[in-house]
Parts: sequence; structure tokens; C-alpha cells
Amino acid sequence: MAITSIKNLKEFSTNNDRFEGAHTLCPGCAHSMIVRELMNCTDDNLVIAANTGCLEVSTAVYPFTSWDTSWIHIGFENAATAVTGSEAMYRARKKKGTLKDPNAPVKFVAFGGDGSTYDIGFQWLSGAMERGHDFTYICLDNENYANTGGQRSSSTPIGATTSTAQAGSASYGKKEKKKDIVAIMAAHGAPYVAQLAPNKWKSMAKGFQTALETEGPCFINTVSACCTEWRFDPKDTIHITDLATDTLMFPIYEIINGHELNILYRPKNVVPVEEYLNAQGRYKHLFKPENKHVIEKIQSDINEYWDKLQRREEARI
Amino acid sequence: MAKKYDINEVEVWDGNYAASQALRQAQVDVVAAYPITPSTPVVENYGNYVANGYIDGEYVMVESEHAAMSGCIGAAASGGRVATATSSQGFALMAEVLYQASGMRLPIVLVVVNRALASPLNVRGDHADMYLGRDSGWIQIDAFNAEEAYDLTLCAFRIGEHMSVRLPVMVHQDGFITSHTAQNIHPLSDEAAYKFVGDYKGVDDMLDFSKPVTYGAQTEEDWHFEHKAKQHKALMDSRTVIDGVFAEYGKLTGRNYKRVESYMMEDAEVAVVGLGSTVETLRVAAKQLREEEGIKVGIVAPRCFRPFAFDEMADALSGVKAIAVLDRSSPGGAMGAFFNEVSAAVLSSANRPLVTNFIYGLGGRDFSIQEAKRIIREQKAHADAGHITTQIQQFSGLRGPKLGFFEAKRS
Repeated sequence: MAITSIKNLKEFSTNNDRFEGAHTLCPGCAHSMIVRELMNCTDDNLVIAANTGCLEVSTAVYPFTSWDTSWIHIGFENAATAVTGSEAMYRARKKKGTLKDPNAPVKFVAFGGDGSTYDIGFQWLSGAMERGHDFTYICLDNENYANTGGQRSSSTPIGATTSTAQAGSASYGKKEKKKDIVAIMAAHGAPYVAQLAPNKWKSMAKGFQTALETEGPCFINTVSACCTEWRFDPKDTIHITDLATDTLMFPIYEIINGHELNILYRPKNVVPVEEYLNAQGRYKHLFKPENKHVIEKIQSDINEYWDKLQRREEARI
Repeated sequence: MAKKYDINEVEVWDGNYAASQALRQAQVDVVAAYPITPSTPVVENYGNYVANGYIDGEYVMVESEHAAMSGCIGAAASGGRVATATSSQGFALMAEVLYQASGMRLPIVLVVVNRALASPLNVRGDHADMYLGRDSGWIQIDAFNAEEAYDLTLCAFRIGEHMSVRLPVMVHQDGFITSHTAQNIHPLSDEAAYKFVGDYKGVDDMLDFSKPVTYGAQTEEDWHFEHKAKQHKALMDSRTVIDGVFAEYGKLTGRNYKRVESYMMEDAEVAVVGLGSTVETLRVAAKQLREEEGIKVGIVAPRCFRPFAFDEMADALSGVKAIAVLDRSSPGGAMGAFFNEVSAAVLSSANRPLVTNFIYGLGGRDFSIQEAKRIIREQKAHADAGHITTQIQQFSGLRGPKLGFFEAKRS
């Protein structure tokens, strides 16, 4: 039963999973929440591809698998290409009449972390988006290479400490801004692009459903709080994600056909970013007097981006 | 339904065109490709068939060779026939995913038009890319001319897709010399070709949702070795399937292929072992020298580069006194890799011939009949002297001071 008919979280939690609970993701990892929600929001058959990363290494260690559906992993960079190869084969076999069940609806989905999406698999993702395959790419964005012990990615925000962009006596951590992957994907002319978060589970399910039902290449960036590398208590995953969306560090919005921007969540009370930063070990050093300017910079970047999103929403450009 | 393609009993095709026609006749379901010299015309020709209604399958032009093979893997795991083509740098970019294709036991056919690897950048033919693939777990079949490229591409589908093989297959031809040189070709009719190749039979089909399948799982020290050993066994076991497919194709066309091709070896005293289009040059030289100078020389060439025909190679060379092994790839601080393999094979036989190595033809440097004759005469001199009279490794056709790093210590 798909989430379309599910009214509340209690009902959702007893839903029949195609993603098994038996996996080796860290306790508190948001990846499994996001993946389960995607798989529960549709009754259609699914072909899923995963890039190398936390999700992949934790769900398909021979002789076990967590995937009760068709699933493929090739390398770090090419899940978008793997799943679009499958989608091309689906079209070929449909035309030739060699599918076992030609009328059963099939959806093609690729998962990647921010390492594979923003960085090493960027070209493969861009190519698949440009070719216009009917598929949905979901980035599980935890803002670092968590699978290999927390190195910097181009999604890591300014000021966060990572093992390859460390905070120290001469550094406040990462110096560069997070890459705006949502804007880049929207610029591909994708029919549906969104940034969603698992604490807002209904809007996330709705966004997933829209992407799956939309013909053509869709992209969704999801906030996936990482207790291990962001350094917070595993029980606080949703609390941290609430702070991420309420500080507008992660605004929740969609872009249709590259220009119709809709903000999907407006916090009643916008929380100052200090609260979000202070809740995570990776930003601890920013509260030293000499790094105060970095917090100010993060807050002003947030304000500026939120202002830009609202203006784009209004202008429809 | 694809339009009927008019095909003559005799066509004048180059190697690229021959390979693309074989892909068309095999009714490939998905071709995911990226163009690169000198294999570009394979995918261009195929694109022409697509544009004019001769293809029912999908043709996906991706953004790189790495993506081409990645797309082929996703497609091949989804229960249909898959093929692509590449060369050189494109092959090198694919290298990561070549191993994934074979590890997942996906019978993809890859037309490889051999070309040198940079640096320095070079678009001409040598075997650097073919050598790069030799540990990738693919079956590698070598065509010496354009008609063979056609024949062996058709055979490749049958071999790779065989239920007891299920491995990807490369069909190699030499860049420009084979790929861009037209010759008379005797193709099968579309009906006969497809009948030979047969309908594709899926295994662990991702589009069969009644049986969910996980591709590309992780194994560490507990299982990795067993998987790789099983893959190696499948490669070795494919030898009998290859023999069977070649025999069947021979009945159909009169063109008989063997995993090791021997030419004038019955009474040979010396032999030259080579790969690719060079084999034809060597055969001409051997024939002429037999007639002109009475040298009993034969030519041996592996049709199957992988799985390497170790026993057949040893048998083919069991009666000779001196052998030259020709490597068309930079040896990178060692003997030529092919020399090492042939030497190991002959070492296992009772006869211990004198084996020398020639590095030749890099970056498309011409290899002439005259040079082939010189090498053959040198083998005769070794045989007559009873020992190697030169350096073990020499460089044929190289300008500048003569290079040699391995002294012969056998007498």
C-alpha cells in the first residue's frame, strides 16, 4: 500500500517495506528514512541504482541484500547512467514485446550521496539529465564523504570541519561555499527539481511522488543528517533536521520546468543559525571568538539565499 | 518493426562498417556509445541505421566512454542484448567499468578498434588498449582483417550469451589498417545472421519483478576470492563454447576459426607469433621466404587473446627451434607481455626453443613484409647457431641507437 492512502506516521511505520530494516547504516542515519519513504510512496515496480557510498555499502554485502526490488550498484559515479541504461532497455524491450509483464508500471530511481552527486559523479548525472531519460535521481546529502570517514565534499558548508578541511589553530574549517546543486539541476531544464527533508515527511513523499509521476529526468536533493560526522546524538536526527529547515540552512522548495519555484515550507519562527551550528560537533570551533565572523557569514548567506528564493518564487523566473 | 536492409552477397566494407553491420544484424537492444577515433564510424554507421529505420533497439549517445560502458551494464542487467565500440583513451576511461561488467557476468559485446595510448597523443593503431584489457575478465577475440571483424562480432554474441559462459566479449581489430581499409566481404543474409546469433535469453533480469535481483554487491576477504575464481573458471570453460561456435560458423560460411591460428606450421623449423593485422603481413613474408629462400617458417597467432590458449600455443610451437614473439605495445620496463605468455607456454613443453621478443609498430609505425622477412631470417640464424645470436628483446622499426636490455645467456 502506497503512502497516497496513508494518513499518519503510525500507519506509515507499519507499511510493508521493500527496503528491509536489516542493514548496517549507523543508528540515527537519515538515509534509511529517506529511502524507505521513496519506496513506500509508490506501488509501482522499481529499478534502483545506487552509487558507491554509505547506502550502498550498508545494504548489499554478499550474501545479504536489503533490497526487495531490482537493484544495481556499479561504481562511485555512475548510478544515473546505470539506471538510465536500464530505462533504455525497458523502452527497447517494450517496443519489441519481450517484457515479461509489459503493462506493469516501472519507475527508475538512482540514489547517490553528495560525494557522488556534487563531485565524482557530476558528469554522469549531468549527462543522464541532458539525455532526458524518464528517471528520478535522489541525492542523500549529508555534506561530506561519510562512507570514508568524513572528508570534505563540494556540498560541505563553510565553517564545518572535516578530515580533509580541518579546523585548527590556523583554520576555521572549510573555506568554500556549498555548491548549489538544485539550481544546477534546474538549469538542465529538468521538469521537476526539489530540495526536501525527512522531518517534513508529507512534503517529501509528495515531492517523491511528483518526481516519479513526472515524465523525464527529475532531481531531488534531500537533507540527510549524519550523526557520525556532524557529531550529534543518534536520537536527535529529526531534531537536527528540524533545526536545518527552521534556520533555513536547508530551505524546502521545488522548481518546475526550470523556472516555477515554489517554497514548500515557511517556518513560523525562523531560528537563528547559531542554534543549528551549536547542536553539532562539526561547528564547535566556530564559537571561539576568532571565528565569530564565520557564523555571521553563514547567517548572512542564509538570509540572502532565502530572499533570492522568495523573489524567484514571486517572479516565476 | 525495422526496415529491411538490402545486402549483397559480396560487399566492400572496411572493418568499422563490417562491425556495425554485425551489430545491426544481431538486433542489439541497446547500444550506449561515445565516439572516438578510429572506432567512431562504428557508432556513426549504427546511428545512420537508427536514423533510417533499420533498428528497433535503443541508441543512447552518452557523454563519455565510462558512461557508455556504465549504460551498457545497466542495460545488460535488464534482460537484453547490448553492444558498443571504443578505442584507446576511451577504452582506458572505460577500464574501471570493464571489470564491473565481467564481474557481474554480463554478456556485452565491445568492438575495440585498437589504437595507441597517450602520452604522446597518437591516433594510430597499436595494441596498448588491447593489452590494458587483458586482466579485465573479458573474452578477447582478435580479427586480423575486416571480414574477420564481421564474422567474429557475430560469433561474440553467441559466445558471451551462451548459458554456460555469460561473460562480456571484446572483438579487436587494428585501428586504420583494418578499421579503415575496405575489402571484399561475404556477409550472411540478415535472416541467416540472426538465426545464427539467436534470440537473447535473459539471466537475472532486472525487469523481471517477480524475482528481484541485486547486482553489484560487496564482498571482502570472506567471498571476493571465490567470486573471482568462479569468474576465471567461467573464462577457462568458455574455450569449449568458443570452439563450438567457431565450428558452427564454419559450417555456415566455410570460414573456419580456431583459438590459435597456425599457418604453414606442419614442417616449420622457425616461427613468428603475432597479433592483429600483422599476422597477414607475416603470412605473406613466410610464404615468400619459403619459396625464395627455402626457410621452413610458420606463423602462429592467437585468435583468442583471452582466455589465452596456453596448451594450443604450446602444441602449435612444439616442433620449432626458434621463435620470435611480436609485441605491438610498449613493454613498460619488462619483456613484452605477449612474449612472456608465449614463452611460458613453450616452456611447459618438452621442446625448449630459442624465444626472442620484438617490440614493433608502436603508434602505427609501419611493419613491412621486408622487416618481417628480416626477423624470420634472424630466427633461422638462431636455429642454425643453436643459440640466440642477438639481444633477447629488440625494437623493430625504431629510429636512433639500437636498444637492448636482456642479454642471451643460453647457449
